[in-house]
Amino acid sequence: MSVLVYVENTDGKFKKSVYEVVSYAKAIADSTGGSLTAVSIGDVADDELQSLGKYGASGVLNVSSGQLKQFINQAYASVIASAAEKAGADTIVLSNSFSGKGLAPRVAAKLGAALADGAVGLPEINGSTFKIKKTAFSGKAFAQVELLAGKKVIALNPNSFELRENGGSASVTAFEPALGSQDLATVINEIVRATDKVSLPDAEIVVSAGRGMKGPENWGMIEELADVLGAATACSKPVSDAGWRPHSEHVGQTGIAVSPNLYIAIGISGAIQHLAGVSSSKTIVVINKDPEAPFFKVADYGIVGDAFEVVPKLTEAIRAHKGN
Amino acid sequence: MKILVCVSNVPDTTSKITFSDNNTVFNTAGVQYIVNPYDEIALSKAIGLVETDGGSVTVINVGDASTEASIRKALATGADDAVRVNAAPRDAWFVANQIASYAKANNFDLILTGKESIDYNGSQVASYLGELLDLPSVSSAKKIDINGNSATVEREIEGGKEVITVPLPFVAGTGEGVAEARIPNMRGIMSARTKPLNVVEPVAVAELSKIVEYETPAPRSSVTLVDAGNVDELVALLHNKARVI
Ligand SMILES: Cc1cc2nc3c(=O)[nH]c(=O)nc-3n(C[C@H](O)[C@H](O)[C@H](O)COP(=O)(O)OP(=O)(O)OC[C@H]3O[C@@H](n4cnc5c(N)ncnc54)[C@H](O)[C@@H]3O)c2cc1C
Ligand SMILES: Nc1ncnc2c1ncn2[C@@H]1O[C@H](COP(=O)(O)O)[C@@H](O)[C@H]1O
Repeated sequence: MSVLVYVENTDGKFKKSVYEVVSYAKAIADSTGGSLTAVSIGDVADDELQSLGKYGASGVLNVSSGQLKQFINQAYASVIASAAEKAGADTIVLSNSFSGKGLAPRVAAKLGAALADGAVGLPEINGSTFKIKKTAFSGKAFAQVELLAGKKVIALNPNSFELRENGGSASVTAFEPALGSQDLATVINEIVRATDKVSLPDAEIVVSAGRGMKGPENWGMIEELADVLGAATACSKPVSDAGWRPHSEHVGQTGIAVSPNLYIAIGISGAIQHLAGVSSSKTIVVINKDPEAPFFKVADYGIVGDAFEVVPKLTEAIRAHKGN
Repeated sequence: MKILVCVSNVPDTTSKITFSDNNTVFNTAGVQYIVNPYDEIALSKAIGLVETDGGSVTVINVGDASTEASIRKALATGADDAVRVNAAPRDAWFVANQIASYAKANNFDLILTGKESIDYNGSQVASYLGELLDLPSVSSAKKIDINGNSATVEREIEGGKEVITVPLPFVAGTGEGVAEARIPNMRGIMSARTKPLNVVEPVAVAELSKIVEYETPAPRSSVTLVDAGNVDELVALLHNKARVI
């Protein structure tokens, strides 16, 4: 069975999560004896496209038409569905990013495919049925979902599959699919993105702080710690509700679910709604002055102490460690 | 404006999630159900739009009779009428087909959902609806401003936002920022009892996927505490043992 992977670019570049989906899609292609084709939409340089070969794509369909330089949900979904037909693919893989979440159901509906979103592992393949583990209940559980249709769309969570280099090279072919009359209905006016910051959903390290920080004026030390670690910053819900930090940093059941390698929680009590969004982090460090804080029960490492003293010391210690 | 708001009935956020029958069935014993928090945002946005521009808000839920408390709450918050599609919500594809079938027969100017349900978290229904109704869809909106025949919508992206212009009608999944969630007042609660709640039977939909088993995350081994005066030890543990820095 052949596999198609959609490779989303960010300002013309591929992020690590893209190589994760390519590695994942390649593993599926290998276990079904098919080939892997990638489809890229927008302005991406040839050498960047060829880099996909390293992770197992044998070909890249490159859609660079001017109308499609920026994300248009409907049009991109049409392009991906056409690319799947062109590549003869019956499994389509993409990243469960914000854009991916908008695309996956539309692509699935166009192809009559079954959809697994928020996948965290490779499918168990049984004839034409795939069984896939995905997140459910906002991080409080996982579900094994069986995809019964002949075609499948899988949206993979960031940080849930390791990169696998296969050392091949990908040939790039221009592709110009036809678009439907409604496809270009929406127009992008503006993109606002903090380019100097690590984005939270796909960060490998997250430094997160809560109401224990007392006020927005004290976030300097949180940003500094994040800075030395190359981490993204996050916060608890009351912190963003109070306007101390933007809503985009709110993690938890009603915020973003993260699964970094390292999650450092500072002055956060560990309410069940907060834990839901962070429990799939690989390692959790908690800094809290209250030894009874529930967060310690789900932490790997903890420091009982005043954040205002511990955090600057930790930042210094990490800086010293990185200096070596 | 004629607005349709999709509401799902989900376990309260404090619920402990457990399973029975060899982890194949979600254990509802003792679980309180609420209107999905993001759907409250969608509903509040719709009510606000109708307050300023006129029109009506219809809420729709796909669920069995047990969801009526949540539907009544939506009516008490300010929706004008409600529809319940009488079926257990098998998956997002099933739900979206039911809602699309109702929406096709009732021409709405705007269809709002939450950006995701906090139980199955597919973030799928809004985009499925867009495809089934051949309308634009925005899966995670942070702000929606209607200006005549189109809207300016802020869409969430990694590390920022995208500002887009979308022609009406369209479908949007709403998140924080779109509106402050409203709570029902006494008058709303009284009037909700007499507002129409129509029950319709589902349309047939092919089963494309099914959940066969659940798992709860593996418990972590107990915490290793490090003395506040000895952060170097934490750095060493993170480097040598956890290998994350
Ligand atoms: C429907 C619903 C949905 C929710 N969704 C979410 C969600 O998605 N995400 C979320 O985070 N919350 C969510 N909540 C809120 C959640 O229940 C908690 O209220 C919230 O997580 C608490 O935030 P906090 O830990 O920052 O604050 P607090 O609970 O006030 O905890 C502050 C912590 O800081 C510690 N502290 C104080 N001073 C210091 C110091 N100097 N040094 C070190 N530690 C210190 C205290 O010991 C305490 O443990 C939700 C609630 C509801 C009802
Ligand atoms: N059973 C349902 N009935 C009505 N609307 C629903 C139902 N399930 C989900 N929705 C809507 O679809 C949104 C996204 O759900 P999901 O795709 O499950 O994450 C929710 O926020 C609701 O607005």
